[in-house]
Amino acid sequence: MSLDKEKIKHVAKLARISVDDAKVESLTKDLNSIFKFIEQLNELNTDKVEPLTSILNQSLRSRKDEISDGKIREKVLKNSPKENEEFFVVPKVVE
Amino acid sequence: MSKEKFDYFIKGEKGKYEVVIGLEVHAQVLSKSKLFSGSSTKFGADPNNQVSLIDSAFPGMLPVINEECVKQAVRTGLGLNAKINNYSVFDRKNYFYADLPQGYQISQYKNPIVGEGKVLLDMPYGSKEIGIERLHLEQDAGKSIHDMDPSNTYVDLNRSGIALMEIVSKPDLRSPDEVNAYIKKLRSIMRYLGTCDGNMQEGSLRADVNVSVRKEGDKNFGTRCEIKNVNSIKFMQMAIEYEAARQVELIENGKVIDQETRLFDTKKNETRSMRSKEDAHDYRYFPDPDLLPLKLEQKLIDDLKKTLPELPDKKKERFIKEYGLNAYEANVLVSEKEISDYYEEVAKLSDKKLAATWMMGDLFAMLNDKGLDISKSPISAKHFAELVQSIKSGEISGRIAKEVFEIILETGDNPKKIIESKGLKQQSDPKELEKMINEILTKNKDKVDQYKSGKEKLFGFFVGQVMKSSGGKANPQLTNEILKKLLKG
Repeated sequence: MSLDKEKIKHVAKLARISVDDAKVESLTKDLNSIFKFIEQLNELNTDKVEPLTSILNQSLRSRKDEISDGKIREKVLKNSPKENEEFFVVPKVVE
Repeated sequence: MSKEKFDYFIKGEKGKYEVVIGLEVHAQVLSKSKLFSGSSTKFGADPNNQVSLIDSAFPGMLPVINEECVKQAVRTGLGLNAKINNYSVFDRKNYFYADLPQGYQISQYKNPIVGEGKVLLDMPYGSKEIGIERLHLEQDAGKSIHDMDPSNTYVDLNRSGIALMEIVSKPDLRSPDEVNAYIKKLRSIMRYLGTCDGNMQEGSLRADVNVSVRKEGDKNFGTRCEIKNVNSIKFMQMAIEYEAARQVELIENGKVIDQETRLFDTKKNETRSMRSKEDAHDYRYFPDPDLLPLKLEQKLIDDLKKTLPELPDKKKERFIKEYGLNAYEANVLVSEKEISDYYEEVAKLSDKKLAATWMMGDLFAMLNDKGLDISKSPISAKHFAELVQSIKSGEISGRIAKEVFEIILETGDNPKKIIESKGLKQQSDPKELEKMINEILTKNKDKVDQYKSGKEKLFGFFVGQVMKSSGGKANPQLTNEILKKLLKG
């Protein structure tokens, strides 16, 4: 797999990271060399191997259905750049 | 019932087009607390008051799954006759939006908790099976409010993190009517199970609607468009009609349909492209590293299966067999669990068939009129059964029964008491009736002569006179019989 400049720009946009054109060049080079390194893994046959998503051979821990949190509006809104006591306030998002 | 033929096609100039619809229904799970946090799920709280540091995505917070939400998903899966997967995985679905503080939604992608199932619909042209592709658990997002400030959007995260079941159908639906029946059936099943309250006004049930069209008889699907987040059955139907017509027009004009996400504008009654969702399908799913795979013991699934209530399809069969109802009656009476419970209570104490008729007639009309659910009916099942029995035994006529019905509504008295205290009992003594009718005939001798000389329309006049002088209490059948007998002589 190789990355071209368009792909880099697309991924940056999806991640909401601003990347100027000058940087795209070097990023493409860097990321391509990283991918090349990772691609060595393709030398192994993994046809019958399930993807490993966790090294812990356990199931998910669960909790009871009880109300044990909330009612901390002040705390929740505290770090919001703009707020009005009740809501988070963000620049207008309209469809 | 005579079977109609399926006939929903869009007529273009170059032929008939079939509409192919698939639904992704988002059903809010009934639980006290959220999917991965302990905040309350109660509807209508003050803004941002049911938000924990997990729901607002503070750094370092770890999600812990609510076991009840998992059970609710399994129950729903069982109710949809679906395969329950013993192994499922939570993934991150990445996108940016103001009401999604994590920057990703925890969902299930490759390994959902529930696999293929099916739902049966009763259509006028027969029974139709709709395939279920999958059901998975995911988090709801917060709510954006656009109309409180001209230059800002306000965000309320109370809904953020509440558990949703996304139920994905196969593209088996073919008309707005089938969509209506499908949503109602899903809703009914989930309400029986107690896994979702199905309240569409509060947004507990909403759907993304996938629509495509193809020439009648074509085997291949057309390009589909997805209409996002439609929150009423009526709007779904309107959106489908608009969208199908739009696609047919494009095809007939030799244009290409873009596969895209659209929204339904309820004010203009049209769908339009959502430019902001251009990259929407680039979600970069990957397994959530904060959550281990969900492994379900077969015993848990089997135990849940044993505790499931009787579901609408089974109950309908039983109502037909046990109470002698026809398919239509049974269908209506099992549509809501509360209705079926009420009916069974009434049917135990009175005539089963007559009870169904009166429930679906006068009782439903009254409830509808007052905007009440049957659980809030001002007439108890016991009183309703007494009323039905009074009609069945001939004690009162159907017409008087309507009167008694009104009085119960006003006073809450029991029907027996009302019938006695108001002297509403039907006059069914043949001797007394005959005496009264004879008096009437004597008083209207001229009309009797006219009748006998061929003016048979006057029969109605005599019946009217009998009803008038009996205060509407004369047994109608008996009145007819006696009148015919006496007028012949």
